[in-house]
Amino acid sequence: MAKTLEKVDVVTVGVGWSGGIIGAECAKAGMKVLGLERGNERSTEDFLMVHDEFRYAIRYDLMQDLSKETITFRNTRKMRALPMRHMGSFLLGEGLGGAGTHWNGMTYRFLPYDFQIKSMTEKKYGKDKLSKDYLLKDWGITYDELEPYFDKFEKTAGISGEDTNPFWGKRSSDYPNPPMKKTPLLKKFEKASNSLGYDPFMVPSANLSQSYENPDGETIAACQYCGFCERFGCEYGAKTSPEITVVPTARKTGNYDVRFHANVIEVLKQGNKVTGVKYIDRQTGEEFIQPADVVVLTSYMMNNAKLLMVSNIGEQYNPETGKGTLGKNYCYQIEPGTTGFFDEQMNTFMGAGSLGMTIDNFNGDNFDHSNLDFIHGASISLTQTGNRPILTNPVPPDVPVWGAEFKKSSIENFTRTLSVFGQGASMPHKENFMSLDPKYKDVYGVPLLQLTYNFTEQDRNLHKFITDKTAEVMKEMGAKTVMAGNPITDYDIVPYQSTHNTGGTIMGANPEDSVVNNYLQHWDAENLFVVGAGNFNHNSGYNPTGTVGALAYRAAEGIIKYSKAGGSLV
Amino acid sequence: MADDKKGLSRRDFLKTTGIATGTLVGGGLIGGLVGYNANKGGTGTLDKKKGNDEHAQATNTRGLMFFTNQNEFNVLSQAVERIFPKDDLGPGAIGLGVPFFIDNQLAGNYGSNAKEYMQGPFFAGESTQGYQSKLTRAEIFKQGMASLDSEAQKRFDKRFVEIDGGQMDEVLTAFQKNEVNMIGVSSEFFFKLLRTATLEGAYADPIYNGNINMDGWRMKGFPGHQMSYINEIESEKFVKIEPKSVSSMEH
Ligand SMILES: Cc1cc2nc3c(=O)[nH]c(=O)nc-3n(C[C@H](O)[C@H](O)[C@H](O)COP(=O)(O)OP(=O)(O)OC[C@H]3O[C@@H](n4cnc5c(N)ncnc54)[C@H](O)[C@@H]3O)c2cc1C
Ligand code: SF4
Repeated sequence: MAKTLEKVDVVTVGVGWSGGIIGAECAKAGMKVLGLERGNERSTEDFLMVHDEFRYAIRYDLMQDLSKETITFRNTRKMRALPMRHMGSFLLGEGLGGAGTHWNGMTYRFLPYDFQIKSMTEKKYGKDKLSKDYLLKDWGITYDELEPYFDKFEKTAGISGEDTNPFWGKRSSDYPNPPMKKTPLLKKFEKASNSLGYDPFMVPSANLSQSYENPDGETIAACQYCGFCERFGCEYGAKTSPEITVVPTARKTGNYDVRFHANVIEVLKQGNKVTGVKYIDRQTGEEFIQPADVVVLTSYMMNNAKLLMVSNIGEQYNPETGKGTLGKNYCYQIEPGTTGFFDEQMNTFMGAGSLGMTIDNFNGDNFDHSNLDFIHGASISLTQTGNRPILTNPVPPDVPVWGAEFKKSSIENFTRTLSVFGQGASMPHKENFMSLDPKYKDVYGVPLLQLTYNFTEQDRNLHKFITDKTAEVMKEMGAKTVMAGNPITDYDIVPYQSTHNTGGTIMGANPEDSVVNNYLQHWDAENLFVVGAGNFNHNSGYNPTGTVGALAYRAAEGIIKYSKAGGSLV
Repeated sequence: MADDKKGLSRRDFLKTTGIATGTLVGGGLIGGLVGYNANKGGTGTLDKKKGNDEHAQATNTRGLMFFTNQNEFNVLSQAVERIFPKDDLGPGAIGLGVPFFIDNQLAGNYGSNAKEYMQGPFFAGESTQGYQSKLTRAEIFKQGMASLDSEAQKRFDKRFVEIDGGQMDEVLTAFQKNEVNMIGVSSEFFFKLLRTATLEGAYADPIYNGNINMDGWRMKGFPGHQMSYINEIESEKFVKIEPKSVSSMEH
C-alpha cells in the first residue's frame, strides 16, 4: 500500500528547465512547491573534473539510465516496435537540471510564422500546399502574446546575443548581454554568407559573454570557451542551467523543496480534477502518494505524454481514425549539412556550446515557397562548440573508416575541418505519433512509451534544398574539398542528431484538436498543467528551449492565477 | 604557451579565470569552491596529497580484468593495431594501451551494459532500431575473439595472431562486411564495437589506461583538459598546447 504524504500546493514531476521555472515562479508567489525528481542532486561542484570526453560525451554520465526506463521505436505502424536499448539519436536528461545541465545553450525564439503556421501558409499558398496527411495547426497563441515570456526567460538566463537578424519577431528589449566573441572561424562563415547576400548573426547564447546578475539575484559567470560544453556540466557556472538559476531562486523563498530518487508512475485523477501523483522511491522501492492542489508535468515531452497515457487522462490519438489528441503531432528535425576540408590548421578544439553564427534567410517563411515542394525551412549555422577526438574523426569520402589511411587522414583533418549545417523544421504527419507500448515495461512495471516516426516527403525535399545551400556557403568559405551530406532515407534512432523532440501534448485554442490550452492547462483537468516541447504543434528550424522557457513562464502565470480563482483560464 | 599551462594548480585556475580577483562574483563556481574548500582536510575523496601518491603508483600497474587467457588478449591487441596502426605520426593502438583499455572497460559497466535497457523479449529488428542483441558487450567481445581466430583458421589454416597484416585486414573486412556468422549478434555489429572501442582507447583521458602518455592527443593536436581558452579563442593562428589529463585537477 502506498503511503500518503502531506499535501502541497504544487507538485512538479521532474526538475529541469520547465520544472525549475514553475518551481521558482510559484514559490516566489508564496505557494508551497515540491519538485519530484527521479535523479540525483547536483551542482557546479560536481563539474570541476568534467573535461572528460569519454565519461560524459561517450558514456553519458549525466544522462538517463536506460536500464530503468527507455522508449520503444518503429518507423511505421507495420514494423514491430523494439526498445531503444542504447541512447543514440537524442540524449535524455536525468537529475537536477535535467537536460538543461548538459545542453549547448543556443536559445532562440520561434518565429511569428511558427505560431500561426496553418493560417499563414494557407493564406499565402492556398489550402493544398501540403497534402492532407500533414496536420498543420496554429498554436492558439501568437508570437506577440508570447513575447513578454520570451523576454522573461532570456533575462533569467542572461542570454548573450545581438538583435541584428531581420527575420525575427519584434523584441520588447535587447538581449541582456552582448554576443559572444566572434572568432576567426565564425568570421569565415560571416564573410562567406555576406558575400552571398545573406544576413549572418551571432547565435543567441546561454554561455554568457560576461558575468551577469539576473533579475532574481542569481549570478552567472562569464564563459571561458573551454570546449567541453554540450553533454557536460559547466565548472564555471557560466552556462545557464536550472541548478544555478531557477532552482536556487525557488529554494531561497523557503517555499520550495526537491525530493530526489522519486520516480513518478501515475497522475491520480478524480472526476475532472487531479488529486496528486504516485511515485516510487528508487532507493527503497516504497510507493508514495503525493497529494497536491496543482500537478505540473515537467518530465520532458516523452514522459509528460507517457504519464498522461498510463493515467488515462485525455484521449489517445488514433492514426486510423484521426481521433484523439494525446500523442499526436510528434515532430523532430532534419540536419542537412556540408563538411569542408581545409589546408590550414584551425583551433577547432576550442569553443563553447552556443558559439556560432547563423543565417535565417532560408528559415520559416522568410523566402518564397511558391515554387517549392515544401514549407518552412532551416536555420543554417557554423558553430564552434569544441571538437573532441573520440567523436570527431573526419575523413574525405574516398578514405576508409579504419586502418593506416584512416588514422593519417582523421588525425590530419581533426583541426582542418569545418561544418555548415541546418536545423530543419519538421511538420506533423498523421503517421508520426506516440502511444503506449503493449509489450515492454520499465523497471517499475509501467509500459514504455512507443514512438512511431519516420521522415516524410516534406523532410526529404527540405533536406535536399538546405543541403545545397550549406554546400554553397562552404564553397564560398574556400574549402579545398566540399563534402555535402547524403540525402535522408529512413529515420534511424542510432546516430546522434539532436534532443529536439516535440509534440504529443500539443497546445491549442480548443479541446477538439489539442491537449492543453494556451496556459498549458489540461482541457480535461483544470488543476493539471503539462509543460515542455510536447506543447509544440510542429518543430521549427531552431533549438527548442527558448520557446519551452517562454511557455513555462506563461504556464506559471496561469497556475498562480488558477490558484486564486480556479476554473478554466481561457 | 605550453609552459604557462603546465602545472596550473587549482589556485592558479581561480586566478586565471578572474574568480579569485572578484571579477566574477557569485555564480555557481564560487558556491562550488566554497563547498570544496570546506571539505579540505576532511575525509573527502579530494584529499590532495593522498590521492596524488596513490595515482602515481596506480599508473605503473596494468593488468587483465576481463580476458582470461593470453591468446584472447593477443588477438584483441593485433586486431586493434590493424584498425589504428603505428606509423610515422606516432604509436598505434598497442602503443597507446588500447587493449588494456578495452579489457578494463569490459570488466565494468560498459561490458555488462549496466546503463542500458536489457529486458526481453529480443528480436532482430531493423537497422534503424539499433542494437537488439541479448548479449552484453563482454559476451560479444569474448565470442568475437574466438570468431576472429576461427575465421583465420578457416581462411589461412592459422591462428589470428599467426597471419600477416594483410591477412588480418582480410579477416577484419569480412567481419565489417557482415560475412562471418556469429551467435546472437552480427559480425558487422561486433566490428563496429571494436572500431569504436579502439578510438575510445586511443583518445580517452589516460586515467582509463589507454592514450598512454597522451600520445593519442599529441598526434591529433588535441590538448585534452585545459581550463580555459578565453585568451586563445580569437587567435588567427593555430595554437599548439601541451596536453593535460583531467587527473591534473587532483593536485
Ligand atoms: C546534448 C544536448 C544539447 C542541447 N542543446 C540545446 C541547445 O543548444 N538549445 C536548446 O534550445 N536546447 C538544447 N537541448 C535541449 C534542451 O536541453 C531541452 O529542450 C530542455 O532541457 C528540456 O527541458 P525540460 O524541463 O522540458 O526537460 P528535461 O530537462 O529533460 O527535464 C525533465 C526532468 O524530469 C525528470 N523526470 C522524467 N521522468 C520523470 C518521472 N517519471 N518522475 C520524476 N522525474 C522525472 C528527469 O529526470 C529530468 O530531470 C539540448 C539537449 C541535449 C541533450
Ligand atoms: S564553454 Fe563556457 S559555458 Fe560551456 S562549459 Fe565551458 S566555460 Fe562553461
